[in-house]
Amino acid sequence: MTEPELTPYDEDLFSGRRSEAARTAMSIILQMARVAGAKRLIDVRSAHIDGCLYHGRAGLDFAERLAAAGGRVVVPATLNVGSLDLLHPGLFRGDEETARLARRLMDAYVAMGCEPTWTCAPYQLPERPSPGEHIAWAESNAIVFANSVLGARTERYGDFIDICAAIAGRVPDAGLHRPENRRGQVLFDLEGIPERLRHEDVLYPVLGHLVGLEAGNEVPVFDGLPESTTEDQLKALGAAAASSGSVALFHAVGLTPEAHSLADALHGGRPTRTVRVFPEMLVRARDSLTTSPGRELAAVSLGTPHFSITEFGKLVPLLEEIGRVHPRVDFYVSTSRHVLSEIEERGWLPVCEEAGLRIVTDTCTYVTPILRRRHGPVMTNSAKWSYYAPGNIGVETVFGSLTECIRSAHVGEVWRDEGLWAGD
Amino acid sequence: MLEKPLSFWGGVDPREGTVVSEHHPQFGISLRERVLVMPSGRGSSSSSSVLVEAIRLGTAPAGILLREPDPIVVLGAVVARELYGVELPVVALDEKDYRSLSTGETISVDATGNPAALHSDTDQRTGEEHGS
Repeated sequence: MTEPELTPYDEDLFSGRRSEAARTAMSIILQMARVAGAKRLIDVRSAHIDGCLYHGRAGLDFAERLAAAGGRVVVPATLNVGSLDLLHPGLFRGDEETARLARRLMDAYVAMGCEPTWTCAPYQLPERPSPGEHIAWAESNAIVFANSVLGARTERYGDFIDICAAIAGRVPDAGLHRPENRRGQVLFDLEGIPERLRHEDVLYPVLGHLVGLEAGNEVPVFDGLPESTTEDQLKALGAAAASSGSVALFHAVGLTPEAHSLADALHGGRPTRTVRVFPEMLVRARDSLTTSPGRELAAVSLGTPHFSITEFGKLVPLLEEIGRVHPRVDFYVSTSRHVLSEIEERGWLPVCEEAGLRIVTDTCTYVTPILRRRHGPVMTNSAKWSYYAPGNIGVETVFGSLTECIRSAHVGEVWRDEGLWAGD
Repeated sequence: MLEKPLSFWGGVDPREGTVVSEHHPQFGISLRERVLVMPSGRGSSSSSSVLVEAIRLGTAPAGILLREPDPIVVLGAVVARELYGVELPVVALDEKDYRSLSTGETISVDATGNPAALHSDTDQRTGEEHGS
């Protein structure tokens, strides 16, 4: 195994002279650097920390041990969702003991100097990493967005190493930090998708789901996405591909910063293989996101990853159209407290409240008990939600577009826009 | 042996050590105290937490053999050693060794050296249909 070359700063952290927490952080980073075959460590400018979501005692033991041992972040560090909605604590339906431990975990990270942003979409916050900047981000959807859409450089960090990187300000020079590993590999040719469908939001989570299954952990390249493709669409695509697969970086020719041309995305080489995407493949991927044939809905859940201000901009007129959701349907949207304050400023909150929308902040409806146990599936426009909710919270799912979700919430059962997927 | 990659987060219940992802073809099987062999880890970056929690609760696999190295799985093992002093060997195998393994086989994994040593005793199959 390669032994990474350490700077005097690295040695100082590893010696434990600064703090026991810095020693632990450096020890873990060094072990990971050896596994990755890194020759050195590099500086990161920011971190996004995923460890604040409660998965059990182990995560809490780790965070509290670091905090008690003098752990303090040395770079700006945003926090991912926790298990609790601190602004609307009444939404949590789990047991008191779990709530207490989940709160302690969130507090431990804030005590180490992390910012209480509580969002899985840190790229929707005002401060965003610049192209080419090295960062240490955790949370699979944030990783793929930062690498692909922002052009920043982060490896697939997870719980534990994220806070270690923030305490040390250092990471192994490996993986997606290195330019040669950012070369596009599998080419997805989208010419077979009807032009009209390429402009529909609903295409993106479905395409992402398909690509995750096809690409595994290779770097996908998309050829044929329209110039008008939005950040929300790329968010949905990346989140889905990072759920059904391990996609941490993609290139979209003409859209993303490292893909001005196809040759640019492939670093002048050839793709490992080409996958031509046809409508019937998308329909199969779409159908696999619906786990229930049931029509009467228990709930509708939007906002995975966290709903953006532009997504609220689409939702609000739809809510004005329907007036109010069906009394049998619980209707949730998960978002960040930052976006919540923006919708308050724009005067959109009353429309949401009158429609019966429950806004969930700081957490997400599929990682913690918020939904009431009721008969019937839950409808969502998120491939990621649909992928994970059955295993995580034991519900069945129906996947649909935003409009299908809203209309279904209104009538209380699955409503379909028959023209949406029709070939042109 | 798992046919497909598995994400511990959303895929394994650490209280029981069972596969809970309905997307996985081996939904419902127990990984507890078995040698887990799978192509790679997959998906969420929370998987390290779930693995450490399973190690803490004693529901984790006895060892993990992968065809492709997976830093998220390795990290779980590294943190479990730092926190609880528990060793869980994680080994990336080459294609030939990976293909030589089969479900139900009894193997011993020694990851103290580099490369790690793998000993298989084909005469001592457990006869388990769904073992890992």
